Formats: sequence, C-alpha cells, structure tokens
Amino acid sequence: MSPWALVIASYGLTIAGTLALAWASFAAMRRAEREAAALRDRS
Amino acid sequence: MHIYANPARFLKIARPLTAWLGWAGAAMVALALYAGLFVTPPDFVQGETARIMYVHVPAAWLGMAGWAGIAAASLMQIVWRHPLSALAGRAIAIPGALFTALCLATGSLWGSRTWGTWWQWDGRMTSMLVLLFLYFGYIALADADRQRGGDGRITAIFGLLGAINLPIIHYSVLWWRTLHQGQSIGLTGSSIHGSMLWPLLLAALGFTFLFGAIVLMRMRADLARSKVEARMRRMAA
Repeated sequence: MSPWALVIASYGLTIAGTLALAWASFAAMRRAEREAAALRDRS
Repeated sequence: MHIYANPARFLKIARPLTAWLGWAGAAMVALALYAGLFVTPPDFVQGETARIMYVHVPAAWLGMAGWAGIAAASLMQIVWRHPLSALAGRAIAIPGALFTALCLATGSLWGSRTWGTWWQWDGRMTSMLVLLFLYFGYIALADADRQRGGDGRITAIFGLLGAINLPIIHYSVLWWRTLHQGQSIGLTGSSIHGSMLWPLLLAALGFTFLFGAIVLMRMRADLARSKVEARMRRMAA
C-alpha cells in the first residue's frame, strides 16, 4: 500500500473520531443545559 | 483543587474555558497537521510513512494521560469525596478510550508498512490494548454504578488499580525489546530533529486542549442532567 494512503487514513481516522466525539459532547451538553434551564424557569 | 470541587464555582470557570480550549486546540491541531503533511521533511529511514507520528503520538499520550486523570479523580473521590471527582472520571473515560483506540489503529497502519505486519503481540502494543480494555471496563462499571445509584467507590478503586498499567506501558519498550521502537522524547531531550519535533509537540498540545474541552463539555452535560434529575425528584415528592 502507498505510504500516502496510510498517512491519509491515519489523519482521517483521528480527525473524524475527534470531531465526532467533540460534536456529540457539545450536542449532549447543549441539550442537557437547555433542559435544566427550562425546568428551572418552569418551577 | 478543593476550591473548584464546588459545582457552581466549577461551572463559572468551565463555561468560558470550554470554548477557549476548543478553539485554541482546533487551531493548533490544524496548524500542526498541515505542517506534518506538507512542511516537515520525510524521515530518512521510514520516508513519508513517518508522518503518521503527528497523530499517533498525541493519541498515545492522551490515552495514557486520560487514565492518569481517571486515577487522580479516583484518588480524590476516595480520600476527599469531592463531588466532582466521580463526574470527572466518567467524563474522561470515553475520550480516553477513543484516543487509545486511535493510537492502536494508527499504529497498526504505521506498522503495516514499517514492520510488514498490522499487529504483533509486542509489549507496547499489548499493554496499550490492555489499556483500551481497562477503559471499556471502567465505562461499564461507572454506568452500572450510576444506574444502581451507588457512590462510585468501586469504580474509583478500579480507576486506581488500572493505573498500574501506565508504568508497564511506559517501560514496555525497555523491558521487552521486541518490535516497537524505544523512547524518542524524554525529560532531558529528544532524538527527533527540530524540524519534525515542533509540529509533533504542537499536535500533542492541540489535541490535549481538545481533549480538555471534550471532558469539560461532558462534565457540564452530566452536571445539568443531575440537576434535572434532582429537580424532578423534588417535584415528584
């Protein structure tokens, strides 16, 4: 296999994994903080 | 450290710090990976394949640093019963597992060309695989404990015991001289040329900042969920 294919696969895996986890964590944080704020405002 | 164990005080610092770490980390990683791909020279022996180093080494560092963070949080939980320490341990576990898996995957890609094999039961590779399984065990234990409404002490003890694997990973290249190369960066210096060292250190710092931002986001989500659960319980009572 070409060395560049291995390099691109490594960079792609790392960037995709990091971005996916960062996005999932951000979305979960936003959702949870909004729910907490909505419940606080309601009571 | 005791000062920041208060959730309100923690949130006051965590809110601005999350965005700052995230954006600064993303900028550093982008610059370091660009340099790793297009600016640095190919390695004299390994050629272009050595560019995998700029993602493999930060992933290995964060896999190990993540467990060191879990061990520190576990110690705080057992000794001082900090309210945020169990939360911190749980928040670190998934990013730590991800970077350990990325270290194994990128290492396998690198090894396929350099060593002619995707996997070998070499000391360093095997101890990193053990670290990944420890993360899986910690995640399962923390989830089970949370669902049962436990105080997280069993998970904390597991977090502390798992730290035994960290020196094994570090010294594996000295104890068992198999496939994996020895240490290239130490406290006293580095055998890596300066033109390749700066993007490597920048990538490690950038990914560390991103790791920090992810952990803070997960802690904030967990804190908000706990608040919702507590309020729901009060409303139901």
